[in-house]
Amino acid sequence: MEKTVILQLKNITKKFGAKVIANNNISLDIYKGEILSVLGENGCGKTTLMNMVAGIYYPDSGKILIDGEEVIIRSPRDAFEHKIGMIHQHFKLIDIYTAAQNVALGVEGEKFNLKEVKNRINEMAKKYGFHINLDKKIYEMSVSEKQTVEILKVLYRGADILILDEPTAVLTPQEIRSLFKVLSAMRNDGKSIIIITHKLNEVMEISDRVSVLRKGEHIATVNTAETSEKELTEMMVGKKVELNINRTDPVDNKIRLSVSGLTVVNSDGYKVLDDVSFNAYSGEILGIAGIAGSGQKELLETIAGLNNYQSGTLTYYHPKKDKPVSFYHKTYKRVMELARENAFKDEKGNDIDFSKLSKKEIKDLVNSERIIFKEDEVVDLKNKNPREIRELGIRLSFVPEDRLGMGLVGNMNIIDNMMLRSYRKGKSMFLDRKKPSDLADRIISELEVNTPDSHTAVRKLSGGNVQKVLVGREIAAAPAVLMTAYPVRGLDINSSYTIYNLLNEQKQNGVAVIFVGEDLDVLMALSDKILVLSGGKISGIVDARTVTKDEIGLLMVKTNKDEVTE
Amino acid sequence: MKKNTNNLKEPFVRIVKRDNITIPKVIIVYSVAIVAGLLLCGIICTLFSDKGLFDFFESLFNGAFGSERKLWLLLQDTSLLLGVSMALLPAFKMKFWNLGGNGQILVSCLSAVACMYYLGGKVADSIIIPLMLLASVVSGALWAVIPAIFKAKFNTNESLFTLMMNYIAQGLVALFITIWVKTGSGVLAPIPYGNVPEIGNKYLLPIILFAVITVLMYIYLRFSKHGYEISVVGESINTAKYVGIKVDKVIIRTMILSGAIAGLVGFILAGSINHTVSTASANNMGFTGIMTTWLAAFNPLIVVLTSFFITFISKGMMDVRKTFMFTNDAISNIVVGIIYFIVIVCSFFINYKLVFRKKEKEEIKK
Repeated sequence: MEKTVILQLKNITKKFGAKVIANNNISLDIYKGEILSVLGENGCGKTTLMNMVAGIYYPDSGKILIDGEEVIIRSPRDAFEHKIGMIHQHFKLIDIYTAAQNVALGVEGEKFNLKEVKNRINEMAKKYGFHINLDKKIYEMSVSEKQTVEILKVLYRGADILILDEPTAVLTPQEIRSLFKVLSAMRNDGKSIIIITHKLNEVMEISDRVSVLRKGEHIATVNTAETSEKELTEMMVGKKVELNINRTDPVDNKIRLSVSGLTVVNSDGYKVLDDVSFNAYSGEILGIAGIAGSGQKELLETIAGLNNYQSGTLTYYHPKKDKPVSFYHKTYKRVMELARENAFKDEKGNDIDFSKLSKKEIKDLVNSERIIFKEDEVVDLKNKNPREIRELGIRLSFVPEDRLGMGLVGNMNIIDNMMLRSYRKGKSMFLDRKKPSDLADRIISELEVNTPDSHTAVRKLSGGNVQKVLVGREIAAAPAVLMTAYPVRGLDINSSYTIYNLLNEQKQNGVAVIFVGEDLDVLMALSDKILVLSGGKISGIVDARTVTKDEIGLLMVKTNKDEVTE
Repeated sequence: MKKNTNNLKEPFVRIVKRDNITIPKVIIVYSVAIVAGLLLCGIICTLFSDKGLFDFFESLFNGAFGSERKLWLLLQDTSLLLGVSMALLPAFKMKFWNLGGNGQILVSCLSAVACMYYLGGKVADSIIIPLMLLASVVSGALWAVIPAIFKAKFNTNESLFTLMMNYIAQGLVALFITIWVKTGSGVLAPIPYGNVPEIGNKYLLPIILFAVITVLMYIYLRFSKHGYEISVVGESINTAKYVGIKVDKVIIRTMILSGAIAGLVGFILAGSINHTVSTASANNMGFTGIMTTWLAAFNPLIVVLTSFFITFISKGMMDVRKTFMFTNDAISNIVVGIIYFIVIVCSFFINYKLVFRKKEKEEIKK
C-alpha cells in the first residue's frame, strides 16, 4: 500500500528558559493509517513535542506541515481545524455532565441537538468497537470509560490525527487490550494515531513504527517489526542497561505490622478503606496493586498516622526481642505498663519480680540495660500522629506519592529537607544543621544524586533525584517498616532500578517493605506477595511468583459494579 | 476554514520564564526601575506646576535628608515601619495573610494610653511604663491570636478576619476618645505621664529597639526550630502533617509573636512618640508593611532597605508638595503609587522576559 505522509514536523525546537531544551531540532513524519509510538523516558520531551502539534505550546523554531502545507497552530482550536486531536493524560471532562453532553460541548457551527449528537456518536462507537453508555455522568465513570469519552470527543470533532498521551498508564490489562482493539480499528479506517508512551511491551504490541526521543533529541524512527525491546531500551537510555530485578527469597520472616479490619471514611463521607486486614513481615516486599484511587494512598497514610480511622486496629511489632529496654524512647510509666504485661526478663532469661523493686532500683536496672524484652514489643498505633509514632522510637518510614507536596519541601534545600524528620532532636531551641548536612552529603554521594551541592533547593532537581533524596532520607532512619507509594513514578529507567535495588537491599536487611506500584510487570518481578485493592477492599492477596498478570487484572476490578470489558 | 488559519501569523508576543538571574543584574533592574519611576513622577509633577524637574529632585531629597532633624525623623519612621514589617513577616512566611497590622498597633496604642490616662499622676512613671509595655504587647498579641485561633480551629479566612479586626480597633479608639475627651474636640491632648525616657535623643529608642528586633527575627526564622516549623507550614501543610508538626499550634504561636511585636510598635508610638492616641495612630503602617515585606521577599535584612526606601519616598514627597504648592495630597499619593507600581512590575521582568514575533524571525535567520 502506498503510504502518504499526513503530518510532518520539521526541525522543531522548543526551549523552556535558557537552559532547558525540551525539543532540539526534531523532524518526524506521520503517515496516514498508521500507529506511531513516541517512546522515551520521562522528561525526554515527548509530551512537549506533541503539545506543539496540539496547539498547547508554540515552537520556538521549526515548521509543522499537514498534507505538505505549512500550518500555524496557535491553540487547540487551530489544531482541530487541521483535524488534530489530543487526549491528554489528565482528562479534561466536566464531571456532572453525561458522556454525550461532554462530547457535544464546545462544538461550534451546529445546532445543539443532543439526540442527533448521540446518533452520530453511536455510529462511531459501532464502527470502532467502543462500549459506552452515553447517558452516564462522568463522575460515575471508571478511568477507562472517561478515556473512551475523551477519544469520542476528539473523533466527533472530525480528527484524523489522534494523539494519546500515556493512554495505558491507569488501565487494567483487560482495559488496555480493548483500547488497543479500538485503536487498531481506527487505524484500519485510515486514521493516524500517535501514542506517547514509555512502556516497551505496548510499543511492540500496537505500533507500526516507533520514534525514540532522548533528552530532547530525536534518536531514530524504526519499524516495530524490525526492532526489539532491548534495542529500543538502549536507544531510550543511551547505553546498555540490565533490566533484571534480582528477587531473593525472603528470610527470617517475622510479623512487623498487623492491620486488621481497618475502615476509613474520608471527609466527604465515602468509605475509602473497607475492612482491610493484612500482615507485613520482615524481609519481605509486599506489593500493593489496584486501579488508581482504590485506597492505596489512604491505606499508607493511615498506617503512617496521617488519617483517623473509624474502626480496626493497627499493631506494630517493635523488633525488641532480646534487647534491653531504655528510657531513651520510653517513660517510667510505660516501662511499668510493660512490666505488668510480663514483657521482660533479666539477663539470664528469668522473670523479674517488679513488686519487690523500688522505683530507684528499677530505674537503675533499666539504665544498666538489665531489663530485657522477651518478645518483640507490641505497640498499638491507634490515634498516634507521625510525631508520637516517632517519639515512641518506632521506625516506620514512609515515601509518599506526592513527593514535593508531602514528603519534601520544594523550596528548601537538601539539608533542610533532611532535617524534616529529625529537627526536633535535642533540647536547644536552635537547629542543628551539622548532622543533616553530613547526611545530605552521604546520600548525594551514595545514591549519586545529580545536584550542584547540598544547598540546592529540592524543587530544582529532576524527578529521579528528588526521589533519591526522599527515599535516601527515609532509609537513613533505619526503618523496620518501609512504605513506598509509586516510588518510581516519573523516574527514568536507571533511577527506577536504583530505587528497586534499594528496596531489595532493605528487604535483605530484614525490613518489611510495602510497595504500592502501578506497573504490574514491576510489581510481579519485585514483590514477594501482592495485595490487590479494589474500591477500598482487599480483593486478594496472591503469591507474586506464581500469579499471572490477567489474574491481577481481574482482581483489580473484582468488586467494581461496572462490567469488565473483555 | 483551513485556508483562514493558514494566513494567521504566529503569536505576537510570548512570555518566557527566565532562568537564574544574577544578583548584580537584579540590583541593576531595580535601580533602573526606581530611577525611571522617580523621573516619571518628577515629570508628572512638573506638568501640574511651573516648577522644573530639578526642583522635584531637590525637594525630594531635601524633604528626606535636608536637616539633622529631618534625617533623624527619617530614621525613626524607617525603624517604626521596620518594626511593623517584623511583626508581619513571620505570619507571611507561614502564608497567614495578616492584614490586621493596623488594628493590632491601634489596640496596643489604646492600651498604653489607657494606662497613662488612668494611672498618670497616681503612681510613679517607673510603674506605669512597664505596665504600658505589658498592656500593649498583650493586647497586640490578643488582637492577632483571635483570628489565628479561628483559622486553626475552623479554617476561617484570615485575611478577612484580620481586616475586620482593624475596624473594631478603630471603633474602640474612637469610643474611648469620646469618653476621655470631655471638651468634645475629639482630640486627646498628649498626656504628660508615662512618657518613656529618651536615650541619647528622642529618636534613638525606636531605632535601636527595632534594629535589634530585626536581627533577632532574622535569627529566629533562620536558625530556630520554631522558624523552621513556620517555613514548613508556610510551604506545605501536608508536609507539616507528614512529619507530625502540630499546624494549629504553630499558627497560634506565630500569631501571638506577630501581634506582640505589633504591640511593641504601638507601645513606642503611644509612650515615646505621640503620648496620645487617635484613630490614625497606626499611620497605615499595617498596610505599608505588607509592601515592605513582599518587596523584600520576606527576608528580614532586605526589609531594612525596602522600609527605608518607602519612608524616604513619603518623606520626600511631603516637601515636594510644599515646593510645588499642591494643596492636597492627591497628586503626591498618585506619584507614590506610580513608584510602587513600577518597582512591583519590574519584579515580573526579573522572573520573565517577553519574546516578540519580529525578534524571533531574526533569530531564525541567524
